[in-house]
Amino acid sequence: MTELNRLTIAEARDALRKGDVTSAELTEACLTQIEGAGALNAFVHDTSDLAREQARAADARIKAGDAPALCGIPLGIKDLFCTRGVPSQAASAILEGFRPEYESTVTQNLFDAGAVMLGKLNMDEFAMGSSNETSVYGNAVNPWKVDDRQLTPGGSSGGSAAAVAADLCLAATGTDTGGSIRQPAAFTGITGIKPTYGRCSRWGIVAFASSLDQAGPMTKTVRDSAIMLQTMCGHDPKDSTSADIPVPDFEAMLTGDIKGKVIGIPREYRMDGMPAEIEKLWADGTAMLKDAGAEIRDISLPHTKYALPAYYVIAPAEASSNLARYDGVRYGHRARLEQGDGITEMYEKTRAEGFGDEVKRRVMVGTYVLSAGFYDAYYNRARKVRTLIKRDFEQVFDAGVDAILTPATPSAAFGLGDMANADPVQMYLNDVFTVTVNLAGLPGIAVPAGIDAKGLPLGLQLIGRPWEEGDLLNTAYALERAAGFVAKPAKWW
Amino acid sequence: MSIDKDTAAKVAKLARIRVEDDALPALAQEFNDILGFIEQLNEVDVDGIEPMTSVTPMRLKRREDVVTDGGMVDKVLSNAPDAREGFFAVPKVVE
Repeated sequence: MTELNRLTIAEARDALRKGDVTSAELTEACLTQIEGAGALNAFVHDTSDLAREQARAADARIKAGDAPALCGIPLGIKDLFCTRGVPSQAASAILEGFRPEYESTVTQNLFDAGAVMLGKLNMDEFAMGSSNETSVYGNAVNPWKVDDRQLTPGGSSGGSAAAVAADLCLAATGTDTGGSIRQPAAFTGITGIKPTYGRCSRWGIVAFASSLDQAGPMTKTVRDSAIMLQTMCGHDPKDSTSADIPVPDFEAMLTGDIKGKVIGIPREYRMDGMPAEIEKLWADGTAMLKDAGAEIRDISLPHTKYALPAYYVIAPAEASSNLARYDGVRYGHRARLEQGDGITEMYEKTRAEGFGDEVKRRVMVGTYVLSAGFYDAYYNRARKVRTLIKRDFEQVFDAGVDAILTPATPSAAFGLGDMANADPVQMYLNDVFTVTVNLAGLPGIAVPAGIDAKGLPLGLQLIGRPWEEGDLLNTAYALERAAGFVAKPAKWW
Repeated sequence: MSIDKDTAAKVAKLARIRVEDDALPALAQEFNDILGFIEQLNEVDVDGIEPMTSVTPMRLKRREDVVTDGGMVDKVLSNAPDAREGFFAVPKVVE
């Protein structure tokens, strides 16, 4: 058998059920890999004791014949998820020492199914970033390496992506507000899906922009994404935006048959200055879906260009409101106060010390666009543009398009530190192909589809109709089979 | 539209984030870069368009207005930087 940490969820599940392997063995194999992968800085909080305990319980459950798909599967959990009694600090200094008294619904769903938590994963601070360089834990590092530079694993779910790509765990949770699952998945040659807004409960996930945030799985294969998403989602009375609709059996929908499906190719995603390799990857992906029997249709999503600017009003506005709770009173960091300092000084000093630069920037931009006199000009205008962006998608879906194919990112992974002197907007452009999907609340999946000339993975994105993750996963499955991406990073860490 | 040092200071104050005076010009410049990018939205014709309030057409669930939880002061206070006698403690607020 392959090294246990390299297994997919589906392979491990089948081996566990057959009794060929135990969860304790799988878990130890992963913990050993994690121990040797400090250079990737992917795992930032060790929960190995808990993992071993959960693995023992899972093995008992499997023996008793009561084994849901994820029973005994070792996972990494993004630090954005509140996990009971375990540090959960959204990679921010302001939540240093915070140990929640409660469990997020998504992790509870995973644990109820018997999943094992190996540890908490690095990320950009409060999920604000596209390179995992804003983390209080330091950079997470991409296991893919083609020269002496260290590359970003993407962000914000950079630790999750690095951990899965390096086979430190079988899969990981991620969250996606503007592309934070799909961009790191593309940068590391793995699969990641952001489901329809409302599919996964947001309860217990540290909030960034509540109308955009969604959790999702980051996995080695499309099948694994189907299996893990199934367990993560479902109605939750504790999240008022959680959808009370049935969750189909996603894995059972993976037939690979996409004959007659209509795939839209949006002309607005062909950006000026798009690297030839990305353009070729997109054309190749289009040809693969066509060969699999899909009908290819050129479509237009006219407001695409305005998605990023609208996002950079709406997301900071919501963040400024959500992050108001970090005031040094109820949890986390409180600044040391001088004689005579009052409550305002406490707030101001605590937040100045606790938040990193990118978080401060976004909270202040959000404060500005919501302030008296600018609310209509910025915030309301952005929300109107958001209506138009969603309408663009509705019109193409109404015209019979089943899914939309785009590149996942405008480039392959870049070097850590490469963007240090760029203005913030340059970094924001990383999300140009993914952010529309959050604004429209749609499901989107990144699938590894090729390797660039330097040897780095590139991903394609498929965007689906609302609530049709099953159909979307099946199209992704057909693309995965046709692309045949099997490359793995060579171990250097 | 350009943000000056005073506006940057005012925004920092509203956000309750202390920014030292010498950091204000750079902050103002960053705001200008970002707002310059956002200005593109002015090109869009939004006449008669409703601002989005909910991305999925769903009615928020309602529930009975009853107490469902409570009686866990220790848990609520367990992460507080300063808690005394069953309360969060903060610097004096009222003279």
